Amino acid sequence: MNENVYVPFLSKIQKVIRHTSIEYTFRMEYHGNVKPGQFFEVSMPKYGEAPISVSGIGEGYVDLTIRRVGKVTHEIFEKYEGNSLFLRGPYGNGFEVSDYAGGELVIVAGGTGVSPVRGVISHFGNHPEEHDGMTLIAGFKSDDDILFSMDFETWKKQMNVILTVDKGEPSPDRQVGLVTSFIPQLELKDVASAKAIVVGPPAMMRFSTAALLERGFREENIWISQERKMCCGLGKCGHCRINDKYVCLDGPVFPYTVGKNLLD
Amino acid sequence: MGYCFTEDGMMSVWSELEKRYDIYAPKRFAGKGRFSDTDCVRYGQVHSATEIVFDKKAEYSAKEFLLPNAETLFYFTEDQILESACKEKEMLVFLRSCDLHAIKRLDAVYLEQGFIDSYYKRLRDKVKFVLMGCPKAFDTCFCVDMGTNKSTDYDMSIDKVNDKYYMDCKIEEWTELFAQSAERVQDVQPAYVTETKTHVNLPVQMPNTMLQSDLWREYDGRCIACGRCNFVCPTCTCFTMQDMYYTENGKAGERRRVWASCMVDGYADVAGGGTYRKKHGERMRYKVLHKVWDFQKKHGYPMCVGCGRCDDICPEYISFSHCVNGLKKACKEVMENE
Repeated sequence: MNENVYVPFLSKIQKVIRHTSIEYTFRMEYHGNVKPGQFFEVSMPKYGEAPISVSGIGEGYVDLTIRRVGKVTHEIFEKYEGNSLFLRGPYGNGFEVSDYAGGELVIVAGGTGVSPVRGVISHFGNHPEEHDGMTLIAGFKSDDDILFSMDFETWKKQMNVILTVDKGEPSPDRQVGLVTSFIPQLELKDVASAKAIVVGPPAMMRFSTAALLERGFREENIWISQERKMCCGLGKCGHCRINDKYVCLDGPVFPYTVGKNLLD
Repeated sequence: MGYCFTEDGMMSVWSELEKRYDIYAPKRFAGKGRFSDTDCVRYGQVHSATEIVFDKKAEYSAKEFLLPNAETLFYFTEDQILESACKEKEMLVFLRSCDLHAIKRLDAVYLEQGFIDSYYKRLRDKVKFVLMGCPKAFDTCFCVDMGTNKSTDYDMSIDKVNDKYYMDCKIEEWTELFAQSAERVQDVQPAYVTETKTHVNLPVQMPNTMLQSDLWREYDGRCIACGRCNFVCPTCTCFTMQDMYYTENGKAGERRRVWASCMVDGYADVAGGGTYRKKHGERMRYKVLHKVWDFQKKHGYPMCVGCGRCDDICPEYISFSHCVNGLKKACKEVMENE
């Protein structure tokens, strides 16, 4: 008998961290291997399943940062600490931190795109010996949309952080402008060997990678992470297929050299 | 070993096989056609070989026995999950060579790529295939060009010529039964198509810029995104999860997977209201290129088996083979424009 990979397991909500009115992080009980950038299918019997990126990993738990935008996520927000959710996963390849170690690293993230790379940012923040200079450019729509504000306070001490909002009044705490506008002035020791990760909405990733290439980054030094509505996470349902790749199996993290050909 | 049966001999074999298997084959549904007073030929359970329709193509393929159009995965009540039971009886499925080649594609997706799908596997293990000899192609078929016209990978084969049935049987436990009931034992080669009226010319390169090709624009207006082409396709494997519940308090229900179509609205929706491939021509491109290019890149052979059902069923008379034949020229055009 084969293992039934569609049956979810129960996981207790250890903590709910509120970022904005529609974005909470659910700290879920989980014991097992998991990497940043991987995702779980969060299952609400009667409402369905939604693929959610792992935004944090710790002893006996994973963090899932969820935006309340659909039928399933709406129901998840009705749950409290001590309740349980059904989960399946983790799925996808995730980020391999060793891919980015050794040199300069630039991470460009937009909105909830910060979630899948949060683990990578924290890793290099806590291990300065593993990189040779790190910049985080994180963009949100407005001040009300900023996620992980506590983390940003920590990250600001560990790396060069450019926190920006698309629209807002000038403030000393953050910049105003699209993430792409900060790429041309990036100060780097050696752009030819610098690595970059870009995660966010499709248009933001397209323009950010273009700006990075323009700035002199090499194609093979850029990674992106794709998002699709994955029904199964197992390479079966077909919804996340782009060309011959399945975002749930081959991704969601793709080297830019592969990702640039995934057009949809 | 091959056998020749009279109708009576066939009957006695049949009654033995039926004890062991539920037998499914293309059969006639009187008055159920898409126009008034017409019949249709689809898959159904058959209780005698005379019910099998040999001279018409089944509108739908045999994939429904491995991938039911709605399949319950499990039942849930509060914190409990109970896996659905599998059909108990084994199945004997009659199909043509193209459809048998399609099973190989389903296996590739459900058993080989990524995880093993236990729901597919449990049905797959219960099915034996009877290849129906197919002497003459139908108008929209192009199996020869797809290399799917001939099969040797069957459990049994059957050809009906005049009132005689010619069968090959590779399942050892039935050889005695077959030999007893047969009129004579002889070599049997299932008939196969060697020439088709419709031909396809498969692309040999696929530039990224094919996305912008004008080829697809024709389908923006013509295609009505009904998804019939996907549902009749023997190689379409996509599904969507669907939860339903039974009770007023909503605490008991089931999760099912239902056939999905990349041509229908909603297929590429993502949370928050976004979607990919809004234009119907873009969906046509997504489907066509998967069938003749993307799947091949991953698995080494094209997904399409050339059964022509999508052309038969389309209410807008869109022809898949015609579209495929336009690919080479369109590729050349976009490359010249670069």
